[in-house]
Amino acid sequence: MMNPGNTHLAAIKTVLFAACLLPAFLLWRGFELDTLGANPIEAITRGTGDWTLRFLLITLAVTPLRKLTGWHWVVRLRRMLGLFAFAYGAAHLLTYLWLDQFFDWNAIAKDILKRPFITVGFAALVLMAPLAATSSNAAIRRLGGRRWQALHRAIYPIAVLGCVHFWWLVKKDITEPLIYAVITAALLGIRAWWREQERRKQLAGGYLPQPPKLTGKVIRIFAK
Amino acid sequence: MLIRRPDDILPSEITDPAVYHARRRFMAQAGTLALASALPITSNAAGLGPIAASPLSTSEPPTSRRAVTTYNNFYELGTDKADPAENTFRLKPAPWTLRVEGLVNKPRSFSIDELIKLVPLEERIYRMRCVEGWSMVIPWVGFPLAALLKQVDPQGSAKYVEFVSHYDKATMTRGVLDWPYLEGLRLDEARHPLTLLAVGLFGEVLPVQNGAPIRLVVPWKYGFKGGKSIVAIRLVEKQPLTAWMKAGPSEYGFYANVNPEVDHPRWSQATERRIGEFTKRKTLMFNGYADQVASLYGGMDLRRFF
Repeated sequence: MMNPGNTHLAAIKTVLFAACLLPAFLLWRGFELDTLGANPIEAITRGTGDWTLRFLLITLAVTPLRKLTGWHWVVRLRRMLGLFAFAYGAAHLLTYLWLDQFFDWNAIAKDILKRPFITVGFAALVLMAPLAATSSNAAIRRLGGRRWQALHRAIYPIAVLGCVHFWWLVKKDITEPLIYAVITAALLGIRAWWREQERRKQLAGGYLPQPPKLTGKVIRIFAK
Repeated sequence: MLIRRPDDILPSEITDPAVYHARRRFMAQAGTLALASALPITSNAAGLGPIAASPLSTSEPPTSRRAVTTYNNFYELGTDKADPAENTFRLKPAPWTLRVEGLVNKPRSFSIDELIKLVPLEERIYRMRCVEGWSMVIPWVGFPLAALLKQVDPQGSAKYVEFVSHYDKATMTRGVLDWPYLEGLRLDEARHPLTLLAVGLFGEVLPVQNGAPIRLVVPWKYGFKGGKSIVAIRLVEKQPLTAWMKAGPSEYGFYANVNPEVDHPRWSQATERRIGEFTKRKTLMFNGYADQVASLYGGMDLRRFF
């Protein structure tokens, strides 16, 4: 599995796409069959929110996975994972606007401004929008790799906001948000550590061309 | 000389005592059953006896039994709503004693049987509003707390009532809250006719996940005020420090009256989702019991005493 060819990769992408749709399908089916418990709307809100955060963390795990395993091809799955994070986030927001608030814009505006956990969650989703909008190859070309990368680093604060959103909404038992926070901290921490290693390497001159090792007989050349 | 006469009945023809008693039991039960089915009053096999209807019940349709018994906040049995119904084995509701103590002239313990027979049981169909923004309509079976308080004769110095829930470190959730779960009421709130000690649900014995064998129900307050699986009721002079007040003093006050105008710091209390309904409904002051209870709080700033 070091580096699958294009046909292999296409197959992997198809399977992954179906797998990413599975949570949404199960929620929809649960709603149809009435197996989501006594409060199905809450279950859907929770479910779409959970999967937004999970896809954000899976997306953030791609680079560390590539570096640690040498599977460079996994980077080619990252766009799909990131777009699914946005899709679940959008579904989460829609559930809130529609099923929870029934488009009562007055109440929604108050909620977003007054409730810190909603403010934070809303901010995270707003920040995700430009990332989703610039996910195409054309957008990367238009922006230029460096600027595109800088923009897409917004996923770091987005993931942190997502964790804060979850942490602030739970009534008392913070076990679950804590798990997400620890994973986020690990995924961002490993990046910070790699950066620091890189910086030290540069300071130590690790990238300067080494002077050729002198071997053999030295022939001195004098100007005549 | 004693001449032994053979018995008229062969030993093999004598009914074994065990069989004899089993037959007697069967006949007695059949009789009871026939009698029970002939009675007009609601009764059930589980042992609550006759249950009278109450004028204090709401006419709103009760929430489904499935929802009432599978969507529970009972953190001692797990923090997910579905947990308590799955972890009922962690709490043994029998045998059980409830101590009523503190500033009373006649402190004593009651068994559940004694409590059930204290005064006639009533069915009280109450609205229940959770602080989390959802609500149900629940047909409780119970008796007014006031009836129990009368039995122990509270002293003049008693101002508050403290409710202690069962806690067993070996089988129940650790952490999350400071156990045992503690709740409290002002004495006049405790004596209010709406304040109920529930021992049943839907005409049957209270399921473990709903707070078996005995729990408090205060319909004009948020659901968490209703301590479950109560082992002690104490009459005290000072306002008790409840489990939720300890956990979040800025979020949970002593009164916790349902109030659409006073938000939880992190979410609005203006609306609620009635379980089983699609759209939300407006939350009513004192959960719709304002006519009966508003006078308890005359002159109080309900924003301060939330």
